[in-house]
Amino acid sequence: MKTKAIVAGLILALAGLGLIFFGCGGAKQTAPYVVGAIFSISGPASYLGEPERNSLEMVAEAINAQGGINGHPLKLVIYDDEGDVTKARLHATKLAQDKDCLTVIGPSLTHTSMAALEITQKAKLPLISCAAGSAITAPAKDRVWVFKTAQTDQMAVDRIYQYLQKHNLKQVAILTVSTGFGVAGKEQLLTLASKYDIQVVAQEVFGEKDTDMTPQLTKLRGAPAQAVICWGTGPAPALVAKNMKQLGLTLPLIQSHGAASKKFIELAGDAGDGIIMPAGKLVIWQQLPDTDPQKAVCKEYADKYQAKFKAPESSFGGYAYDAIRMLNQALTKAGSDREKIRGELEGLKNFVGISGIFNMSPEDHNGLSPAAFVMVKIHNGGFQLID
Amino acid sequence: MEIFAPFLQYLISGLTNGAIYALIALGFGIIYNATTIINFAQGEMVMLGALCAISIYHLAPSLPLAFAGAVVLVTCVGLVFERLALRPVKDPSPIVLIIITVGGAVLIKGVAMLLWGKEAYTLPPFSGNVPIHLGPATILPQNLWVLGITAISVAALEAFFRLTLVGKAMRACAYNIRAARLVGIAAGRMVQLSFGVSAALGAGAGILIAPLTLGVYDMGTMLGLKGFSAAIIGGLGSLAGGVLGGLVLGVAEALATGFISSGYRDAVAFLLLLLVLFLRPQGLVGGRK
Repeated sequence: MKTKAIVAGLILALAGLGLIFFGCGGAKQTAPYVVGAIFSISGPASYLGEPERNSLEMVAEAINAQGGINGHPLKLVIYDDEGDVTKARLHATKLAQDKDCLTVIGPSLTHTSMAALEITQKAKLPLISCAAGSAITAPAKDRVWVFKTAQTDQMAVDRIYQYLQKHNLKQVAILTVSTGFGVAGKEQLLTLASKYDIQVVAQEVFGEKDTDMTPQLTKLRGAPAQAVICWGTGPAPALVAKNMKQLGLTLPLIQSHGAASKKFIELAGDAGDGIIMPAGKLVIWQQLPDTDPQKAVCKEYADKYQAKFKAPESSFGGYAYDAIRMLNQALTKAGSDREKIRGELEGLKNFVGISGIFNMSPEDHNGLSPAAFVMVKIHNGGFQLID
Repeated sequence: MEIFAPFLQYLISGLTNGAIYALIALGFGIIYNATTIINFAQGEMVMLGALCAISIYHLAPSLPLAFAGAVVLVTCVGLVFERLALRPVKDPSPIVLIIITVGGAVLIKGVAMLLWGKEAYTLPPFSGNVPIHLGPATILPQNLWVLGITAISVAALEAFFRLTLVGKAMRACAYNIRAARLVGIAAGRMVQLSFGVSAALGAGAGILIAPLTLGVYDMGTMLGLKGFSAAIIGGLGSLAGGVLGGLVLGVAEALATGFISSGYRDAVAFLLLLLVLFLRPQGLVGGRK
């Protein structure tokens, strides 16, 4: 009885193996193109990682439904780093060791991207980051294998200072979050100030999870500032807006592009009215003139995303959407050669994406200009294009 | 005047946060009194209170209803938690029970993440958003609500423990559970009641603070830790101690943020905790045991 069972088991196992080999043999002609991704899908930065993953899967599904890239199906390997540097490094190592992996998209945050790019650079694996920090791709000669689709914080600061200059506001107080996003933003705010003849008269910091910013704002109240610039992501910037109203501070409040989402308007409530911020064109694409080439891209993305996920689209998801579409173009031309993929990405010109029009070059692995941002104002619970 | 103006503002901010810490600290204290365990799921009750109130408010936009409904719901969660997770334990030594509460906290947080997602939600303030000017400082009506309801809760608790038979029975359990059993007090029921009252207090704290700080699934952990620190600073198990500890902690945090640097906010809370543990381990008002 026992031997019979063993024999039966063996036969089954062999049949299984045969099926696997057969399966492999059948697919050999069109081995999938493996694309790795690392996003902060859970944890405090999940508002970035979740739409990024969704957008990536949405595009991959569409590509595969049309028969893949030159007949090769696209296979995604998506990891969640939970916004943690150690986990980002671990996942990057895993992807770098997978010799089938052609490119990595992500991570979602500046500090996780900085950790991951060290590993992918060594492995000569192209990486397209979805984070804001300009240090990710600059200087490009040291970041041969690294690209990014998110606008840099420097462009956002440029846009804000241009706006301030135009309205003759010369003294600002800055309030930045203590995460990588805020630290990088603060650095740009301080270094670019002199270029626009702007004086930073007070600077304060708040924690990502802080729930009360009145002490910091009280300190700012004593400074001779004409405007307050807040640099943060998640719910905290909304609390800054609320606390400002609570303290009766009537200075104009300028938020970073990290706050440019519908969620922010909802959280800030009536304290949000009148807040100004730089934003990607996606948030106001309906207000763009038809001559703007980005309008059609944004419309397509917004419509598809809403139809598939029954949730509002976000600029963050747009970073991953741009990355995978860029990569699609590169893979179509370069095939499964990492070196050639890198070359294609570097040579990308006039690529119309969600975040802007990309013109990559050996000196610039982001390829965007400050024009990728527009200035918007919150008005009646919506964004209004002002500049 | 130069120093005084911001000082008053820091004090208001600190007292508001401190009142919330105090409510959470009281929850820790009540359960500690009845069972000598620390219920680390206390912070999650705060989160549940905030999110339940927000959800109820979205279904039926009435703040009193949202407040009452959320408190009742979370009280039930507290009771069920005690019944299902703690009472069936075969070896109810404090350390085992404490570890179970840590596990319970993780579970509640996870379920909340599935139910409400990872986004933050907002609850409208109880009575408008127009700041009241108080000399050089401003105060929101909501700050007054927080302080007022905390004061009322503390007074009601004090009366409950001093004047009612059930309250006295709970205190008896705290002093000596075996003696309490011998005189016919149903100690098990008292333990369950303590979880219910603590959950209600936590929920109240969560609902009060939701209009000021937004409600999100992971808000409970830090608030729980701060409440725990407050309870230790004041003296674990003492009502007055919990309130004092909470207020001291809140004000210290606000002053540190204002006069030193905002980066030290959480550090101050835990530094204070360590100082108290070194210098006066029984807490500010705790008697020697």
